[in-house]
Amino acid sequence: MDSVRFDRTGAGTRVPLALKILIAGGFGAGKTTLVSALSEVRPLQTEEILTGAGADTDDISGVEGKSTTTVAMDFGRITINEDLQLYLFGTPGQDRFWFLWDELAFGALGAVVLADTRRLSDCFPSIDYFEQRGIPFVVGVNCFDGARQYDLATVRRALDLDPEVPVLLCDARDRQSGKLVLIGLVEHVARQRGEPVPVA
Amino acid sequence: MLAEPPRPHHEWLDDAAGPVVRPYTLTGGRVRSAADGFDLVAFILAGPQANAADPQLAPEHRRLVELTHRPVPVAELAAELDLAVGVVRVLLGDLLARGLIAVHEPLTASSIPDDDILKAVVSGLRAL
Repeated sequence: MDSVRFDRTGAGTRVPLALKILIAGGFGAGKTTLVSALSEVRPLQTEEILTGAGADTDDISGVEGKSTTTVAMDFGRITINEDLQLYLFGTPGQDRFWFLWDELAFGALGAVVLADTRRLSDCFPSIDYFEQRGIPFVVGVNCFDGARQYDLATVRRALDLDPEVPVLLCDARDRQSGKLVLIGLVEHVARQRGEPVPVA
Repeated sequence: MLAEPPRPHHEWLDDAAGPVVRPYTLTGGRVRSAADGFDLVAFILAGPQANAADPQLAPEHRRLVELTHRPVPVAELAAELDLAVGVVRVLLGDLLARGLIAVHEPLTASSIPDDDILKAVVSGLRAL
């Protein structure tokens, strides 16, 4: 097979394939920083509106009094080649936005859970979320300045991770470092599928 | 005595007041798109018959037609128009119903047909 999918229009215009990767973790763990470091464009923001209108209604007349809240999601793009793009979505931090995660996670290739060793428990909800849904993830331990350095085995034990889940040290500000975390994720996804990517 | 500094035109508005136009006004109050789908990374492509100058289209529809003469994913359209994703989905649903755009939904991770894609991603990332 010659590369990936293109010309899905059949009319000569090549439509790239986009793969979604989620960047999760607790508040302040460095999600936006990592998206910014990796994105080839200034990170973009998209908003979702939470309204009082439920899924059963088609319009919001009658609920004008309900306040609307917008949730911002940061995202960035990495072009692999003209047919293949990665989109990185930072997940909204607050627990009450879990339902937005379902949309973000739908069809996602996998996730990076950023952990801050000073507040390790902040990433438990993200780990639970991906474990329960069988979405492959890696843990990136963001090495903040001044944070006590833990060894990875200690972090793994503290997070009670399955042995196959990779745990990687990273610096969310550094593109090369973030890149290695993404490579770690894609290799993990390939192993999960039983077809490991050979080490180049 | 010094004259008062000029005040902003809408002195009763500040950043916390939010957008002046309520978000779903642009969609006539509709919060659900006529069509399902429109994943955040679904690519939208205007059809050959779509005309960004069509006077029957609202300005936001025209802008979407204009932007999608090359394939653009939904999330980027929302960022470009500075509109919430939910609003953009409704507007795209209108265009789809008129046959003016094509939607290319992404593959889900489990349906990626072969691992060549993952290999391409890894080698592409290594080359960055």
